[in-house]
Amino acid sequence: MSDLHVRSAERLDPLAAETSEGAQGLQRRDLTKKSELGREVGAVLRANGLMLDPNDVDVERHDDETMIINMGPAHPSTHGVLRLMLELDGEFVLRTKPVIGYLHTGMEKTGEELSYVQGATNVTRMDYVSPIANELSYCMAVEKLLAIEVPERATWIRMLMSELNRMASHLVWMATNGMDLGATSMMIYGFRERELILAFFEKTTGLRLNLNYVRPGGLAADLPDGWEDDVEVICDTIYERTFEYDELLTGQPIFRLRMEGVAPITAEEALALGVTGPVLRSTGVPWDLRRTMPYLAYDQVDFDVIVGTYGDNFDRYAIRLNEIRESVRIVRQCLEKMPRGDYRSQDPKVTPPPRARIGESMEALIHHFKLFTEGFAVPTGEVYSAIESPRGELGCYLVSDGGPRPYRLHVRAPSFVNMQAVPLLMRGGSVADAITVVSTIDPIMGEVDR
Amino acid sequence: MALEDLQHNFLTGQVEDLVRWARRASVWPATFGLACCAIEMMAAGAADYDLARYGMEVFRNSPRQADLMIVAGRVSQKMAPVLRQVYDQMMEPKWVISMGVCASSGGMFNNYAIVQGVDQIVPVDVYAPGCPPSPETLMHAILTLHEQIRTGEILQRRREARPTHVEQISWTPQVPVTVRVGTPK
Amino acid sequence: MDPAGSRHREGGNSEVIPLPPTAPPGVATSEALASDLGCFPTPAQYVPLVKSFKEDGFELCADLCGVDYLAHPGRALPEGVVATRFEVVVNLLSLSKRQRVRIRVQAGDDEPRLDSLFDLYPGSEAMEREAFDLFGILFDGHPDLTRILMPEDWEGHPLRKDYSVGRVPVQFKEAPGPR
Repeated sequence: MSDLHVRSAERLDPLAAETSEGAQGLQRRDLTKKSELGREVGAVLRANGLMLDPNDVDVERHDDETMIINMGPAHPSTHGVLRLMLELDGEFVLRTKPVIGYLHTGMEKTGEELSYVQGATNVTRMDYVSPIANELSYCMAVEKLLAIEVPERATWIRMLMSELNRMASHLVWMATNGMDLGATSMMIYGFRERELILAFFEKTTGLRLNLNYVRPGGLAADLPDGWEDDVEVICDTIYERTFEYDELLTGQPIFRLRMEGVAPITAEEALALGVTGPVLRSTGVPWDLRRTMPYLAYDQVDFDVIVGTYGDNFDRYAIRLNEIRESVRIVRQCLEKMPRGDYRSQDPKVTPPPRARIGESMEALIHHFKLFTEGFAVPTGEVYSAIESPRGELGCYLVSDGGPRPYRLHVRAPSFVNMQAVPLLMRGGSVADAITVVSTIDPIMGEVDR
Repeated sequence: MALEDLQHNFLTGQVEDLVRWARRASVWPATFGLACCAIEMMAAGAADYDLARYGMEVFRNSPRQADLMIVAGRVSQKMAPVLRQVYDQMMEPKWVISMGVCASSGGMFNNYAIVQGVDQIVPVDVYAPGCPPSPETLMHAILTLHEQIRTGEILQRRREARPTHVEQISWTPQVPVTVRVGTPK
Repeated sequence: MDPAGSRHREGGNSEVIPLPPTAPPGVATSEALASDLGCFPTPAQYVPLVKSFKEDGFELCADLCGVDYLAHPGRALPEGVVATRFEVVVNLLSLSKRQRVRIRVQAGDDEPRLDSLFDLYPGSEAMEREAFDLFGILFDGHPDLTRILMPEDWEGHPLRKDYSVGRVPVQFKEAPGPR
């Protein structure tokens, strides 16, 4: 029966053959292996084979009772180019298979062609909503291989920028989540608040998005004069606005009906799937790398790890809203405790000399030349370095061959792994809930596909 | 018969102006945000840089209802046929803005995975450079497109691609050498 | 290269943990960077070793990736480990112990093939598909080993070192004349 569908589709649309992804898509039940069928219905915890709840009614479904539809890469949900193939029984989702790769950029291959300093420009475009997280993970990996120490001020500024970025990312999430649910004014509010943060980024780094600010050894530039006032305004404004969002969303009956109890996930399932970040914390597991395996100066600031109870959509929403408030708290502490000092390591093999010295010193000129043409060489070795991005554990696995370019750059993207929870979360829900599920997992396709 | 093929007199000249005004005053974009540029496109549609001032805040989800495709982001090899499919589903008149360097030329990703310029797949009217272009750059691109629509430059371009030779006699102003952006006189 | 003499600030447990008691015998280990334990099992010891780590409290499979060592001048491996072209690197995370462990398996030269971790960690499914798509490493027991990032009809495995980056030569044309 599906053959007929394919033929008629090709007659009407000449590109149907090219846009279908064959074996990567959801196949008919009789063509799918049992273990894959189990995975598509979200049977996560199993010894082997298909282990479903015996009360599940669609275990022995036939293909003519259900409908496979395609929520194509271009769709209303604002979460990027994700293609979801759904098997539906009327309005209810039985099986799901996300097809990804529509934003595959070959960044890991490109990373092997760029020097270590240029690598930050490449990596920053993976999770484009929180660019500092990518750059930080990458630069920390490079610094571990180089075994250099980053000055304290640089560490604190990195932390400040990370937390501002977390706020910006969660604001984008709240905006797009509101839009997906139909609360379109949330889109305006989220982006309005974010403009404050982006204005600060532009003042400090020169760019609003894809900042290219964190470099191996420190930062590209110091904070501008008067940054304390800007950051103070950001903190105060955003903190107050979170209470407006509570009024707009948290207490509203329709919002609660659509989010509470929808798509719950248990802690065992989340851990088995490798899920981290707010999705894992919504199940009650208090795992936040900033607290449990602290990096930068997170052990010197006071903040709470927000944890949910039921693992449903509402918990994930509440976690992200409160993480904005916790980030404001951390930023305020950075304001008070910011140390003086260098904004980058003074190691001449890694950091280019100040431009004024190039005219005076031959050594400075040679260092500058070598650093910008060839790049600094990193000793042979391999390292895995992970941080807590707004989406979960963002890790960078770097293999170096002693040259000025990485030998292998692999980024462990949290959204890529979190997407595996999609079949589990969507099962049994309606198509409308499918959108909210994708939204609350908060995937960013740039890092899913890299 | 398209408007531009008619021998113009005073009345049809006015009608053509009216049609062009209507077309540029309510261009509805299709949602085709792919990557980082999509976030800047959404920011352009939100507060601070408001696209609603051009009547463009309604991003149509269905390409059948859209006039403008803003290709915002890098187009991978897997996405290219989908892009063409969405473009084909849009109805004439339709325009394409290539937003960002990845859509215009492949950007910093000169490799196996990225189509080096979306103009290899769809005809582009305006290229907006930047990585990502700030919402102001996108608005400049949109205003450039509006100006092109206003002067009929676009319709004339498409006419040149066809083999008919029709001399257009019209009292409407000639195509300016530099495209003037801003409120038309 | 350690002029300051101090390690980069590292969180979590800084002691190197030993192999779990149920690990298969004869697995080579070495202390990897930043106090992560590095294990080098043979393909036969691979899944039993991961299973022993899982029983020992490593609940999360953080990362699984492939590496192609074709163009590498020479990597440091412990004694007894035979280096092959393809390597699969698995990073496990223990939430209870706050520790990471890295497992590097030599997957083979021409037709790299390993057992799948899917039955132990269902979360490795997408990562193994990515390793297959980009390197061509096959995983036995994987429910659906198809391409994930590249189009279905793509030929070749892009991240291999003998696959070129696909750079298109850029030609700068003169500006076109008036229309």
